[in-house]
Amino acid sequence: MRILFSFFAVIALALIAYAGVKIANLQFLFGVVIPYIAIAIFILGFIYRVLKWGSSPVPFRIPTTCGQQESLSWIKQNKIENPSSASGVVIRMALEVLLFRSLFRNLKTQLKEGKLVYGEAKWLWLAGLAFHWSFLIIFVRHFRFFLQNTPSFIKTIEGLDSFLQVGVPLLYMTDIVLLGAVTYLFLRRVFIPQVNYISLAADYFPLFLILGIASSGVVMRYFYKVHIVGVKELAMGLVTLSPVIPQGVGVMFYIHLFLICTLLAYFPLSKLMHMGGVFLSPTRNMANNSRRARHINPWNYPVHIHTYEEYENDFREKMKKAGIPVEKE
Amino acid sequence: MKIYDGGKILVGLIIFIALFASPFYLNMGKAVAKPELKFDTPEIQQMEKETGKKQCVEPKEFMRAEHMQILNNWRDEVIRSGNRDEIVILGHKYDKSLQNGCMKCHSNKKDFCDKCHNYMAVQPYCWRCHIAPKEKQS
Amino acid sequence: MATKFTAKPDELSKLDYKPPKKGWMDNPVEFKENTFCWGAKGKNLKIIDFPNARDWSPAEEDWKLPENWQEIVLEGIKERLSKYRSLRLFMDICVRCGACADKCHFFIGSGDPKNMPVLRAELLRSIYRRYFTASGKMLGKIAGARELTIDVLKELWYYYYQCTECRRCSVFCPYGIDQAEITMMGRELLNLLGLNIDWIAGPVANCYMKGNHLGLEPHTIKNGIEFFLDDIETVTGIKIKPTFNRKGAEILFVTPSGDLFADPGTYTCMGYLMLFHELGLDYTWSTYASEGGNFGFFTSNEMAKRLNAKIYAEAKRLGVKWIIGGECGHMWRVVHQYMDTWNGPADFLEEPVSPITGTKFENAKSTKMVHIAEFTADLIKNGKLKLDPSRNDHLKVTWHDSCNTARGMGILEEPRYVLRNVCNHFYEMPEETIRERTFCCGSGTGLNASENMELRMRGGFARANAVKYVRDRYGVNMLANICAIDRATLKALMEYWAPDVQVAGLHELVANALVMKGEKERTQDLRLEPLPGKEAKE
Repeated sequence: MRILFSFFAVIALALIAYAGVKIANLQFLFGVVIPYIAIAIFILGFIYRVLKWGSSPVPFRIPTTCGQQESLSWIKQNKIENPSSASGVVIRMALEVLLFRSLFRNLKTQLKEGKLVYGEAKWLWLAGLAFHWSFLIIFVRHFRFFLQNTPSFIKTIEGLDSFLQVGVPLLYMTDIVLLGAVTYLFLRRVFIPQVNYISLAADYFPLFLILGIASSGVVMRYFYKVHIVGVKELAMGLVTLSPVIPQGVGVMFYIHLFLICTLLAYFPLSKLMHMGGVFLSPTRNMANNSRRARHINPWNYPVHIHTYEEYENDFREKMKKAGIPVEKE
Repeated sequence: MKIYDGGKILVGLIIFIALFASPFYLNMGKAVAKPELKFDTPEIQQMEKETGKKQCVEPKEFMRAEHMQILNNWRDEVIRSGNRDEIVILGHKYDKSLQNGCMKCHSNKKDFCDKCHNYMAVQPYCWRCHIAPKEKQS
Repeated sequence: MATKFTAKPDELSKLDYKPPKKGWMDNPVEFKENTFCWGAKGKNLKIIDFPNARDWSPAEEDWKLPENWQEIVLEGIKERLSKYRSLRLFMDICVRCGACADKCHFFIGSGDPKNMPVLRAELLRSIYRRYFTASGKMLGKIAGARELTIDVLKELWYYYYQCTECRRCSVFCPYGIDQAEITMMGRELLNLLGLNIDWIAGPVANCYMKGNHLGLEPHTIKNGIEFFLDDIETVTGIKIKPTFNRKGAEILFVTPSGDLFADPGTYTCMGYLMLFHELGLDYTWSTYASEGGNFGFFTSNEMAKRLNAKIYAEAKRLGVKWIIGGECGHMWRVVHQYMDTWNGPADFLEEPVSPITGTKFENAKSTKMVHIAEFTADLIKNGKLKLDPSRNDHLKVTWHDSCNTARGMGILEEPRYVLRNVCNHFYEMPEETIRERTFCCGSGTGLNASENMELRMRGGFARANAVKYVRDRYGVNMLANICAIDRATLKALMEYWAPDVQVAGLHELVANALVMKGEKERTQDLRLEPLPGKEAKE
C-alpha cells in the first residue's frame, strides 16, 4: 500500500509531464513556470525550515560522547569522538557529514542459541555513502547546463566520472552507482522486516522519485536522446531570467525536469531536510566542555525549591539530638 | 523571530544559497549565445550547387543526437570487421571515416564540431588520435 | 494485583524479532503484566506541585485525565518545540534508516517493534505531524500522521516508560537523533496530565522534602553511616569519624543515597569513607543535599532543576571550596551537562584543586564538581595511595560502563585505570558492549520497580549476555561499575541471567586494596567475607 501509493504517485507525475507536453503542448508551463516555482519553494522553504530550527534555542549542552572525555592531563582524550574544542567539533562534524561516521559504527545484533552476537553491518553505510556522493557528483556535473563557460573543475569531475570510456556517449560511473544504491536502499526497505515495518509512504516516495529522475536522465543520455543543445538553451534561459522554449527538445527531458521540480518542491516539506538538519544536531555539533565552561540557557527561570531553612525547620530537633549542627538553636 | 546561534546559521544559509543559486549570479552580465553551426564549407556549397540539396548520411535531427554512435559503429566496422564499404550520399562516395569522410564536408571543425561541444562542455576523444583538418583563417 | 513474574530465562530469551503483519498504527498497545510500573500516588504528586495529582492505575481503563487533556498535550508539545531545538529537529529529520533499531536493549530483549528507537520516536512524531506540519494535516496517515486519541496516549505512556534514556541509539544515528531527549520530552508531556509512575514520583517527593530519594531523615543518614563505620572498624581496626553539615570544610561530598541504603552500594560508601579518612581529607557530608542522583530528571526539566539546586545551595551555605561527586550514572549526566546551566554560576566556589596532589581539575573549573573516579585516578597516578591489589585476587572483574557516564560525559579510562591498580584480574566484555556502545542495565530512569521485573530482565538481557560471555570464558565473578542504579539492579539481573556474578562499585574494590595507616592485618573484605588465604587464625 505505502509502496504502491508512492510508486504510482511518481508514475502519475511522469504521465502528467508527458501529457502536458506531448498532448497539451504546455512546454512553457513545464519548462519555465513550474521550474521557477519549484526553485523558489526549494530555496525559500529550505531557509524557512532552517530558521525555524534556529528559532528554538539549545538550552543544554548535550553532546553524545563517543570516546574518552577531556580530563586529567595524562589520560588520552578522544578529541574527535568526544571533542572539547571547536576544532574537534569541526572534525567530528566533517566526518559525520562527509563520511557518515556514525552509520559506519553500525552493527548487526543477532540472537543465536540464546546468545547475542554482533556482526559487521556496513552495507547501509556503503549504499548511503555511494548514493549521496554520486548524487552530489551528478548534481555538480549538471552545472554544465547552467553555466555559459563551464568551469574546468566541472570538466575534470566529468572526465573522472567517465574515465572508463565505455560506450558513446561515455558512461558515467555515478549513474550506475546512483541507480544501484537507490535500488539497494529501496530493496532493504522491502525485505528487511524491521525496516519495512517502520517505513512510511514518505520514505518510499523520495526513493521512487529519485529513481525516476535518474532513470529518465539515463534514458535520455544513452537511449532515447533529446536535443541537448536545446536543453542547455532552456536551462540558460531560466538562469539568465530570459526564458526560452527551444523547439524539439524531446518529451523525456520534460519528464526529467518535472520530476526534479517535484523533488525540489517536496524537499523542504519532508525528511529530506536532514541535509540541513544534520548540521544543527546538538548531540553532534557541541563540544563536551560543560563543566569547563558554563552553557547558558536563554529561558532559564527561577524555580521553587525546598530551602535548607525549611528543611531544618522540619528536622531541627532530630538533627540536634543526632549531633548534626543546625543554624538556629 | 529570534534566531539562536544566528551567526553560524546565517553562514550556513549563505553557503547554501551561494551554491544553489550560483547559476543565477554567475551568468549575470554574460551574453548567452546559442551555438550556430555553419554549413557553408566549399564542399557543402559544391554539393548544393550540384544537387540542389544539403544532405548528410542521415537526417539532421538524427545526426544531432546520434552522430557519436554512428562514428563509433563505423570505427568498429572498419577496424574490427575490416568493412570499409564506402558511404554514398546523393551518388557521391565518401570514405567510412571521420577524418577522410565527415571532415571532407565539415572541414570547419571550429565552426561545426567545436561549437556545440564547447557550448555543452563535451570533450570527445576523437582528436586524441585523429588530426583535425587545417582550417582557413576566416 | 498482578501475577508475580516467574518466567524462566530460557523462556524469556526465546525471541522473535519479526514484526507483526499489521502496521504499527493499527496495532493498539497491549499492557502486559510485569512490564510496566504502578501509577503515581496523588499525595506524592501533590508534594511536588504536579498537576492532576490523584491516585490512578495504568492497568485500569479510566486514567482520570482532565477533560481538556488533548489540549494540554498539544500545548505542551508546542511549548517544547519552541524551547528545545533538539525536539523540533529530531521530529523533522529522521529518515527511518533503521540503524538504531537493533541497538536498543529493550528491543533486543523484547522483540517488540515499538521498542525500536525509531518507532518509539514515531509514536510522538505521528502526533507532531498531525498537528504541527502541513503535510500531516493534509495527507494524514499517508504522511505518517495520526490523531491523538486516548489509545495513542496510552501507547505513548507504555513505551516512554520502556526507555531508559541510555542514548545508545544516538551513537549509531547518522544525525545524532537521541531518543533519550525525545523520551524526556514525552515524559514531560505525560507529567502534564499527572501520568507519572510511583517509583519515580515517590523518590522525587522524598528527595524534595528530605533531601534524598529514599526519604532518609538527617539522623537516619548519620546512624546509617555510623553503622558502616562499625563494619570498617571490624575489617581494619580503624575508627573513622566523618562530619555532617560541617561549615568551613574544604570539600562537600555528594553521592546517590542508594549508597547509604542497600548492598552492594553500602560497600561502595564504606570505600569512600575509608579513602577520605586515609587521605585526611577536609570534607563533609550533607544531610540536606544528601542525594546526587536525580529522579526529577525522569519527570521534567523543571523538577530536575529543583532537586539539583540543593547541591550548590548547600555548598554555598557550608562555605566549601568545591564538590566531589560519588559514583552514579544519571547523577553525572545531570552534573556534567545540566547543573551549571540550571543553577550556576557557582562563583562562590573555587576551581577544584586536589589538596593531596595539587592537581588542578581544569575540566571542571566552571561547574566545580569532580567525579570521584577522576579524583582517585589522580591520587593513584601520583603515588598517593598504598594499594595491595592482591586482596582482590579472589575476584575476576569486568567493567560495566554506565550509559550516562559513557555517552553523556565520556569517563571511560579513569575508572579502568583505577581498576587496574586495585585488582589483578580484569577482563573486558566484548567491545560492542562497552564504552560508548555499552548496554544499559535495563532498569534506569526510575524503571527499577519490582512490579516491572519482566521488562527489567528483558531490558538487561543484552548487558547480562555480555557478562555471561566473560563469566564463561574467563571465570569473571565480579561486575564493577560507577552507578548506584547499576548496583541496585544488576544484582537481580545477574541472579537471573548470569548467576555467580556479583556486583560492586569501584570504590569498594579500591578500599579493599587500600593499605591504611595503622590498620590491622585484613582477613575480611568489606562484605565481611573472609579473604582467601588470609582467613583469621582462631
